[in-house]
This record gives sequence, C-alpha cells and structure tokens, in this order.
Amino acid sequence: MTDIVSPERLALMSVLVPLVGALIIPVFRARPNLRETVTLTTAAGLCLVTFSLLGQVLSGERPQLTLIDVTPELSVAFKVEPLGMLFALVASALWVVNSIYSIGYMRANHEPRQTGFYVCFALALASTMGVAFAGNLFTLFLFYEALTLVTYPLVTHKGTPEAIRAGRLYLLLLLGTSLVLFLPAIIATWMLAGTLDFTPGGILAGKASPVVLGVLLALFVFGIGKAAVMPVHFWLPAAMVAPTPVSALLHAVAVVKAGVFAVLKIIVLIFGIDTLSEMRQSTWLTAVAATTVIGASLVALRQDNLKRRLAYSTVSQLSYVILGAAILAPISAIGAGLHIAAHAVSKITLFFAAGSIYTARHLTEISQLDGIGRRMPWTMGAFAVGAIGMIGLPPTAGFLGKWFILQGAMQTANWLAVGVIVLSTVLNAGYFLPIVFRAFFRAPPAIGHSHDGHPRETQGEAPWPIVAALTVTATASVALFLFPEIAFTLSKMMVGR
Amino acid sequence: MNAVLPQLPALQVVIPLIGALLAAFMRRGGPAFVLTLAVSWTMPFIAIALLLQTLTTGPISYHLGGWEPPWGIEYRVDALNGFVLVLVSVVGAVIMPFARRSVGLEIEESRQAWFYCMYLLCLTGLLGIAITGDVFNAFVFLEISSLSSYVLIALGHDRRALLSAFQYLIIGTIGATFYVIGIGLLYLVTGSLNLVDIAARLGSVWPENSRAVVAAMAFVTAGVSLKLALFPLHAWLPNAYAFAPSWATAFLSATATKVAIYLLIRFYFSVFGAAIEIDLLPIGEIVIALSIAAMFIASLIAVFEKNLKRMLAYSSVAQIGYITLGIGLANQAGLTGGLVHVVNHALMKATLFLAVGAIFYRAGTVRLDDLAGIGRKMPLTMVAFSVAALGLVGAPGTSGFISKWYLAVGALDKGWWLLVFLIVGSSLIALVYVGRVLEVVWLREPASGISVAQEAPPSLLWPILVLGASTIYFGFDTDWTTGIAGQAAKDLLGGLR
Repeated sequence: MTDIVSPERLALMSVLVPLVGALIIPVFRARPNLRETVTLTTAAGLCLVTFSLLGQVLSGERPQLTLIDVTPELSVAFKVEPLGMLFALVASALWVVNSIYSIGYMRANHEPRQTGFYVCFALALASTMGVAFAGNLFTLFLFYEALTLVTYPLVTHKGTPEAIRAGRLYLLLLLGTSLVLFLPAIIATWMLAGTLDFTPGGILAGKASPVVLGVLLALFVFGIGKAAVMPVHFWLPAAMVAPTPVSALLHAVAVVKAGVFAVLKIIVLIFGIDTLSEMRQSTWLTAVAATTVIGASLVALRQDNLKRRLAYSTVSQLSYVILGAAILAPISAIGAGLHIAAHAVSKITLFFAAGSIYTARHLTEISQLDGIGRRMPWTMGAFAVGAIGMIGLPPTAGFLGKWFILQGAMQTANWLAVGVIVLSTVLNAGYFLPIVFRAFFRAPPAIGHSHDGHPRETQGEAPWPIVAALTVTATASVALFLFPEIAFTLSKMMVGR
Repeated sequence: MNAVLPQLPALQVVIPLIGALLAAFMRRGGPAFVLTLAVSWTMPFIAIALLLQTLTTGPISYHLGGWEPPWGIEYRVDALNGFVLVLVSVVGAVIMPFARRSVGLEIEESRQAWFYCMYLLCLTGLLGIAITGDVFNAFVFLEISSLSSYVLIALGHDRRALLSAFQYLIIGTIGATFYVIGIGLLYLVTGSLNLVDIAARLGSVWPENSRAVVAAMAFVTAGVSLKLALFPLHAWLPNAYAFAPSWATAFLSATATKVAIYLLIRFYFSVFGAAIEIDLLPIGEIVIALSIAAMFIASLIAVFEKNLKRMLAYSSVAQIGYITLGIGLANQAGLTGGLVHVVNHALMKATLFLAVGAIFYRAGTVRLDDLAGIGRKMPLTMVAFSVAALGLVGAPGTSGFISKWYLAVGALDKGWWLLVFLIVGSSLIALVYVGRVLEVVWLREPASGISVAQEAPPSLLWPILVLGASTIYFGFDTDWTTGIAGQAAKDLLGGLR
C-alpha cells in the first residue's frame, strides 16, 4: 500500500486522476447527476493527491520519476519542486470549487454539449498538473501544448461565429508562439547545456555569452504566450467568449498561471537568478513586464464588458509575476510565487461574480450594473473582496505578493519597477472601485424596462452552487492573507532560502 | 524452416509477384481480396525477420539464382532498406482490411480483382526497389511499381482520374528515362551495375570521367526526384492523389514516394558519397533550398485547397520537403530526422488518407465545405484524423515532433539558426491548414448533406485507429523509429568519403 502511494507515484497520479475522470465522464453522458458526481469525485481526488504530496515537499523531499525515455535526450519526467507544488495546490483546490460553480452555471444557462465540456475540463486539469510537476523542459512543453489543445474546444464551446473566430486566434497565437519561439529556445537550451532538466541554480551558467542568453530569454518569454506578455496577450481577451467557468478557472488560473509559472520556473531553474543578474540581461524584461502591467491596465479602464475588463486586468496582473522574476531579487521571486496563488483566488472570485450576474440577470456590461449590489449582495460582496485583492490591499492575499515584489524592487534599487507597482495600484483602484461603487451606491434602473418582454425579477441571487463557490473563494483570499505560511514557505523553498 | 530462412530476401519479392499472377486469373473481388490479404499479412513477417537479422549480424547479401555479384543480381539488406521494407510491408498489411469495403464502393465489381492484382504488382515493385542491390534491377522494379500505380490511379471513380493517371504516366516515364540514362552513364564509366561494386570502382575512375559522373548524378537525381515529388517536380502528385481510389491514395502516399526517397538516399550516400568527395558539389545546398521551398510553398497551397484529398496531397509535398531537408543536412541528427520522418509521415498520411476514405464511404464527398460537423457524426474516425493532423504540425507527443526535433538539432549542429526558424515557421503554416479543417469538422453545425452519415464500419475504422495510435505511440517510444533510423544514418554517414 505504501508503495502505491509513494510520493513519486503521487506526482504521476495527479496527472492520471483527472485523465481517468475524463474517460469515465462520457460513460454517464445520459445521466447528468452521475456525470457531475464523477467530476466532483475526480476533483476531490486530485485535491487529495496534491495535498498528500505537500507534506513531503515541505519536509524537503523532491520526489521525481522518469516515466518514459522518448529518445536518449528527451524524457517525460516529473519532479515535484516547491513552486510546482504551490501551483498544483492552487489549481486543484480551485477545481473543486469551480466544479460546483460549473454545475450551477451550466445548468442554469442551459448550455449545450455539457459532457464534452466536463471531459475537456478534466483533461485541462490533467495537463495543468503535468505542467506543474514537469521535471524537464520537454515535459513542460508537452503538457503546455496539450493544455492549449484541450482548452480550445472550451473556448469555442458556444459554436457561434464569434466563438470560432476567437478560437482561431487562441489556437494560432498560443500554438504559434510556442512552436516558433518556445521550441527553438528549448532546442537551443539543449544544444548549449546538454540537458533539459530543471535544476536549482540553473543549467546555463557559463554556457553562453550574455547576448545569447538574452536572446534565449526573449524566446522563452514571448514563446510562452500563456504568460500573456504584451504583445502576445490578444488571445486572452478573445478567450472570454467561453462559458464563465472556463474563464474563471482556466483563463484566470490554470492556463495563464501555467504561462507565468513556466516563465518563473525557467528563469529560476534553467537560467538561474544569479546567472541572469551577473549577465544583466533582464533590464529589458523588466521594461516589457512594466509596459504590460501599465498598458493592460489602461486598456482595462476603457472596457465596458465586465469579462473583458477582468481579462485585461489578468494580463496586467500576470506581468506582476514576470516583473517579480525580472527584478532578480530572491525576495521578489518569492513575491512572484505568492502572487500566483493570491491572484488566482481573487481573480476566480471576480469571474465567478461576473458569471453569477450573467446567470441571474443576463447582464454583461459594467454600465448595466447600477444598484445590482442590493439585489445580489453575496455576489457583489465577494466581488468587492476580489477587487480589493486585485488592488493589493490588506486583508487580502493580493497585498502579500505585491509587498514582497516591491521590497525586492527597492532592495535592488529598481525604481522603474517601484514606480510601476505604485502606478498600477492606482490604476487597479481606478477600474475596480467604480464597479463596486456603481453596484452598491447607484440607484437601480426603474423596474419594468425589460428587453425580452418578461417582467424583470427584482430580487434574487444566482443558483446556490454559484453563490457558494464565490463565497468560498472570497473567503479564501482573506484566509490566504491571514495564513500564508504554506504559500510563503513553498515560494521561499523555490529560491533556495 | 532452415531451408526457408536463407531464401527470405527472394520470398519478399516473389510472393507478391506470384500473388499478382494468381489475382489476374480471378474474376471476382472477394477471392482476390482474400488472396491479397494473405499476401499482405505475410510480408511484414519476412521484412521484420530480415531487419532483425541485419541488425544483429550485419548486412545480408543474397545472390539471386546463385549468380555471384557483380555479374548476378544481388539482394542486399542493411539497416536502411530493412527499415524501408518493414515500413512498406507493415503499412500494406495494416491498411489492407480497409480495402474490401472501400474498393467495393468505389470500383465496379468486374474490375476489383484487377485492382488487387495491380496493388500486388505495385507492392512487388516497391519491395523490389528497396531490397535489390542492382541498379538496373531497381529500374525494372521502378517500372513495375510505376506502371501498376498508373493503373491504380486510373481506376478512380471520377473520370478525371484517367487524366491524372495519364499526367503521372508521362512524368513518371520521363523520370524513369532519366534514371536509366543516369545508370547507363555509370555503367559506361564503371562497367558495373551492382551498387557496392559501382561505389568501389567509381573512386578510382571518377577523376578522369568527372563530367560523365556528374551528369549521371544529375540524371539520377532528376529522375528519382520526379518519382519522390521533390518540389518543383511534384506537379503530378496532387491530382494523382486526389482522384485515385481512396485506398490507393493511402497506400501510395505512405509507400511509393518513400521508396523513391530511399533510392535517392542510396545513390547519394552509398554510391556517389562513398566514392566522391560530394561536398565539392553544391548538391546539399540545392536539396536544402528545394526542401525549404517545398515546406513553405506547398504548405501555403494546402491552406487554400478546398478538396480534402488535394489539401493532404500538397501537405505531402511539403512533408517530403522535411525528409529531403534531412538528406541535404547530411549530419547525424539531420539525417536521422529525415529518415525517421519517412516512417512518421508515412503513418500519419496513411491515417489521414484512410480517414478521408472513410468519410467518402459514409458521406460521399471530400469537399471541405460539405463536411461541416462531420466530427460529431464520425467521432472516432475524426479523432484519429485530428491526432495525425496534429502530427503534421509537429505537436509534442506525436511522432511528427520527434522528426522535427532531430531536423532542428541537425540544423543547429551546422550552426544554421535561421533554418531552425524556417522549420518551425513552416509548421505554423501546417497549423493553419490543419486548424482550418479541424474547425470545420468539429465546430460547425452538421451540414444537411451529411445528416445520415455515421461512424465508419469496423473494417474501415480499425486500420484508421491503429495507424492513428501509432502517431502517438511513436511520439513517446522511439526505439523502433529513431533507434533504427539513427543506426542507418550512422552507417550511411560512416560510408561517406
């Protein structure tokens, strides 16, 4: 028994559990309740698997397993290291919540092809776990591409021409950048270092000139389109055409975090923070991340569609992580790790709220939200908590990540980064607080102006699974502020402190 | 048994030849099919036995009729052509069950036995080219395979098949003529027709006959390149593939061009390369330039093709470009990549063309516009199609990725950065034409014309699934593909002067 659940096996099981779930779900396609039970069981099982790995990782073990040697130089291998552990914990825990939410959302909105939806969702989680526990660049690349492919049907789920167009952009941009930039970077890394394994301290120290390393870093950063660094961010707003549970878990947590996680991991475990800071090859990366943080915020200010505003906010927040990595101070890399977790719980709350409003009221634009807080107090209360997390104020986890990144920026006297963080905090407030203000302090529009002839309901929240889910995540973003030990310890371990 | 084993090289060719004779005496399709199936299923055993033997004990030399080479005809099996024999015979065996229903639908009863007869002749020719060590014998087999493939193509149900076959006949005959002129010149210079013998003699006689030798090389190259559809000598291929019976297209695309590629490799590395310092001639550069042109131009044409079969045919021209690129690179990694792509592409294209055949069987059309939503009607067929199509793009986890990895490493070994980006850049075009098809077949609402279509029957479905699975299998387990290709590449490069 102990052998079956050895830590090495657990890493593999984290990929296999959702995969098996995806195979079982279609069996019950005619019986929705059983089908959803399978999803929930799988999600809970995955959560159990990742949490049972946590103890091992915290006690300093790094379980690893080589599954297949594809060729002498390429192998599918897993290695549980702290940052991947953190990412896997966040994604698997939020999948449980998101599954509850999905059931409420998909049923209330009478979405078609729900079996396919849940299958792809489980496959997406399997790929995410593969990214999180990848032991080398090839494995990372393999699951990274798989994640794009299995989320494509989710983006195009509605089947409308708009959805198909968005899917086209999604596929071309994500697969395109990864094939044309990411893959050559991997090949070059192999040629330079003779290995692709993630190794503490990096594998490229002394292997190439600063210029080559700089080019290589650029190939990685822009090749990993999921990190949504400008100008390869267009796919993310386009992907908002998907049903809200997809936007919530995948395009606020799993997919985008897979991107920034990969960048962070490559900077720390392939290049090595020390190597990069000796080479002074990250000034431009700071600039790119800074531009994305500010640029995306400015675009977000002007979006009236709620989900699009959230998407641009995500683009902006993701570059915080890149910024934290690019500052190249260990403390800001810790901040980057924390921010991955903090942004995840806050942003999923915001998307849950957006979906809740859509389900209960069929509203999608911010200008329609006058007074909605009085009708949907739970939803908008959670939204407010999420917004505070985005701005980065206590008592939410968003504060912690920003604080550490800021500290690192000050330590290294990186005044550009300091300025960007301060300015973007103001901008975040500028595009989130008006929504909260509008929802709670403006008078609701007069009753009876309905567009579809039916009398508009004046009271009422979305179905209970939706409300439950968003309450849980809002609470989690506060809880993560109060009890950040696990996330903090894992992030610290990542940079070897 | 001991009496049979030494005769295996002859049996590899004689069995299908006798099978063809017997089939010619049959009137009805059924018995001819059973006979052909039996022959097709015997071939892989012989080929695999030969390959295993040559891998353990070195090249096998078989003297046909007991006549000593170089006067008699020698059959010579080493890692390279053992590999090709296995490929051709296994593809033939796996796709054979598909033929009964598909041929039954597309070809009238009275001609079915002829179809099988022609297939067996074609198989004889292809296996013969691969196994023989005599250049004139290779010409005879080249003609056998060509003549029979003209007939196979002309049996297509569309009347344009006749024109395509005629077109191919003209071009194919020119190619064969060029080839025979080339080997004629070699015979004049060396006085021998045996490959090994020519290579041995050429080294001493070529300085005073350099013009004749260069001319021989040019004629052989041009002649064989016509057969393998090296850009821009590919004009015959799209129509031939588009109008041939579905099953014949699958067989020819997987085997005929591949055997021609083998012949080119044999001449370059074992004859000219072994005797002459081939680097003195710009032949590698020319081949690389043409390969790149094929990868880009043919892919771009494929993007705009409306007929699925023609689209795949242009994709074949582009993919052959990858193979010849590996030949042009002529280093260990590059040549391994080219050789392994011979197998990988054969398996992928066989899957794709069989799937198209199954679509035609059920829906009666292969025009992309008519196939909207066919994925929902024929899910298993289209899943296999999609997997193989992603293999064309080179997604990680498919065999196509392995090929491209080696090709890119081969390019980097030469320090050709730009070429790496050209390789991955052309994959991007493949992504466009593949993505376009996937979008139509999976995301559009099913078209009215295919409303009655349903999943393909088992005899059609199984070959498709087996071949489709091989795309994934050889993306992870490459002992049989890159292992042997690497060995063959090492032998070939080791023989270079």
